[in-house]
Amino acid sequence: MSRETQINSLIMVGFILVPLWAWMTDEPFIITLTTKAAILALAGIGLNIALGLGGLVSLGHAAFFGIGGYAMGILASHAQSYDPILETPFLIEGTKSMIVIWLVAMITSGLAALAIGALSLRTSGVYFIMITLAFGQMFFFFSISWPAYGGEDGLSIYVRNNFPGLNTLDPIQFYIIVFVIMALALFLTARLAKSPFGLALNAARQSATRVETIGLSTYGLRLLAFTLSGMITGLAGALFADLNRFVSPTMFSWQTSGEIIVFIILGGTARLFGPVVGAALFILLEHILGGLSDFWHIYLGLLLLLIVLFARGGIIGILAGREVAHD
Amino acid sequence: MSLILLAEQVLNGLQLGVMLFLMAAGLTLVFGVMGLINLAHGSLFMVGAFAAAAVAGATGSFLLALAAALAAAAAAGALVELLIIRRLYDRDHLDQVLATFALILIFSEGTRWVFGSFPLYLSIPEYLSGPITLPGGIQYPLYRLTLIAVGLLIAVGLFLLISRTRLGIQIRAGENDREMIAALGVDISKLYTIVFALGAALAGLAGALVGAIQSVQVGMGEPVLILAFVVIVIGGIGSIKGALIGSILVGLTDTLAGVLLPLLFSQFMSTSAAASTGSALASMLIYILMAVVLIMKPTGLFGARA
Amino acid sequence: MTDPVLQTIGISKAFGALQASKNVTLDLQPGEIHALIGPNGAGKSTLIQQIAGNLRPDDGQVILAGENVTGLTTAQRARRGLARTFQISALAMEDTVLQNAILGALGASGKPWAFFGAALKRQDLRQAAETALARVGLSDHVATRTAELSHGQRRQLEVAVALTLKPKAFIMDEPMAGLGTEGSQQMTQLLHELRQEAPILLVEHDMDAVFALADRISVLVYGEIIATGSVDDIRRNPKVREAYLGEED
Repeated sequence: MSRETQINSLIMVGFILVPLWAWMTDEPFIITLTTKAAILALAGIGLNIALGLGGLVSLGHAAFFGIGGYAMGILASHAQSYDPILETPFLIEGTKSMIVIWLVAMITSGLAALAIGALSLRTSGVYFIMITLAFGQMFFFFSISWPAYGGEDGLSIYVRNNFPGLNTLDPIQFYIIVFVIMALALFLTARLAKSPFGLALNAARQSATRVETIGLSTYGLRLLAFTLSGMITGLAGALFADLNRFVSPTMFSWQTSGEIIVFIILGGTARLFGPVVGAALFILLEHILGGLSDFWHIYLGLLLLLIVLFARGGIIGILAGREVAHD
Repeated sequence: MSLILLAEQVLNGLQLGVMLFLMAAGLTLVFGVMGLINLAHGSLFMVGAFAAAAVAGATGSFLLALAAALAAAAAAGALVELLIIRRLYDRDHLDQVLATFALILIFSEGTRWVFGSFPLYLSIPEYLSGPITLPGGIQYPLYRLTLIAVGLLIAVGLFLLISRTRLGIQIRAGENDREMIAALGVDISKLYTIVFALGAALAGLAGALVGAIQSVQVGMGEPVLILAFVVIVIGGIGSIKGALIGSILVGLTDTLAGVLLPLLFSQFMSTSAAASTGSALASMLIYILMAVVLIMKPTGLFGARA
Repeated sequence: MTDPVLQTIGISKAFGALQASKNVTLDLQPGEIHALIGPNGAGKSTLIQQIAGNLRPDDGQVILAGENVTGLTTAQRARRGLARTFQISALAMEDTVLQNAILGALGASGKPWAFFGAALKRQDLRQAAETALARVGLSDHVATRTAELSHGQRRQLEVAVALTLKPKAFIMDEPMAGLGTEGSQQMTQLLHELRQEAPILLVEHDMDAVFALADRISVLVYGEIIATGSVDDIRRNPKVREAYLGEED
């Protein structure tokens, strides 16, 4: 087992033991914190497909996170008020079923990613960064100025949505759902990275010319990666909204986009577990530093600066050595 | 809608446009010359506004406040360039994004720490307050009119600086060929610091000028920064002319859409539905404009490079 | 004459005042190596980029296997059977030699939309990749990271990736550069065999290799072809001696 695999296994064990211990000692708050870390990690796992594997620095992933959140908010709010979303030409009702909500969240955020990607991928480099940021901001302003679903104030859902056979209001049971999804996403992205598609996408990051010269379209590869990436981040958004039982335009804000990137970089770019480590560290810092000082973002900023300037492999890079594993 | 109201909105759009230009010009220069994407440019806007509000509060002089905004933002810019930014020129864009994102966190929280979470207010000086009557009987706030004039003057000044002065020649050379200007004996790291500080000063000035018609608060810079990004995408990276035209386009589109779209929709909708649909669509319009430009010209209206 | 595999008809390209290609017409016949030579700055790279699809000519046509491909992208031309190697390596440097070759085989298959199974375990891709690597002599470096290869080895890998494409025509930009004497001999032998599989448009500074390999040579000076002919024709051509051999570096 390589050093990185050992570290990754340890992290997974941590994500099992910490909530287990919290459950046994009756510390629901710790479980909720771990749940939050796992959901944010999932958002980062999504972005990492575009950023780590594809080299696409998207500063607009809050759009997909928010769309996932609002998919949950809109469906659940219609279900709780028994007011159909659409009556003509056909009836669409709200739902409290998590599975349906996840599907809707992934489809809508995937479509948004497809549209944003199709436009943004016509450019590259800084243009791409600025354009994705701008499109993210577009959703932010839209969510504020569209009054039907709470506008600036957001939307509250009274009861968490349902999952067959589980009591989702019990923190540990909700955590199990989230953990399984995160593990599944990790498994799938690990397979994706090694697959022919992953090989081509990763090569396009290193040399677009090479990939074009062997007859593949970098645009097509990147657009698909961006869409998959948006779908997973969208799913994370739906879970995040369910965790808080609340959605608001904050999910769309550019800070959210920035933070999702920060998870990846704190943990280590292009590392499978980078976003998981990064999100866990972020939550830990927020909890510890946030308790010490109202201005904990200063310390986060300083830490981030140090990592970018001096430790570019992130935490996993420091622990496992800089070389990304090749098999 | 009356023509007078329309004229007023056009002036509002122009005013937003010229202020955006002050932001976009610095961003586009820094990108054109150093190849750096600077998210913390919005923080310099905020620094300018806070410096102005603090000095105006202490001295009561608006001009001193503006001078303080220029000086504080330029100094903050130069300091940040010397300490951090210059380590990023050779890095990839991802590192630049992250490091400057970290700077935003530090600047924002630092400002909150010093000034508290409550907004400050910077008032318009006596001699610039109140409306003025323009030809055609349009009543328009003198201060906003002054902003337009100041913005346009600075635009002219920048064009002269770039086209006529020694510094401008060096900047243009830096955009075209970095090795060349180093070979010509220009101290490139000094040039970079100057360009960065110049961009920072413009952003700080914009922050102070806008601060007098908004509240001065933490986080005020980022929405403007993102609008300035839209401007640059539309105008083309590295082009001052593109930044000016993009700024005016974005300023006018954003302002006029907010007024005209609800009116337009009220022709065939109830007033309240028209107001919400109109304003929601208006909030998206500049991004739609950006998308259209991207489809037609991926490098922006005046951009040469991808 | 049989139908050419690859052909340019009156290609012109200007960058501002600089006329980089002037009415260039040349063709590549089945089974031949056609060398393109010319002093530095003659416009060889610009011409190759137009043939491969990285640059669009202002005027003229590129014909591949009877089809006008002038409006097509690099990837589309590659799918129609045009393989190119680069003077400055364009390889996935973080990946292994085998991964780069497998990428080529993946391109040749035209089906990158496989998301689950590992690329390295795909027997079809792997076999094509290993065969190509063996032909260029890189079998011992299969697991080496590309960034750790010498310049010459990278050139060999470039050729191997091109081989995996099983193309109708090769464009090779300086495949000998950076190779030692022995490497050059091996590469010369390989190219010699390859021309039977697909003709090669060869840009090369190594004149020994060019004279040993080329069936025909075209000489490009200031964006214009001043002579095309056999090795002996070109050696004797006074225009070539004046314009080219005089300034050989």
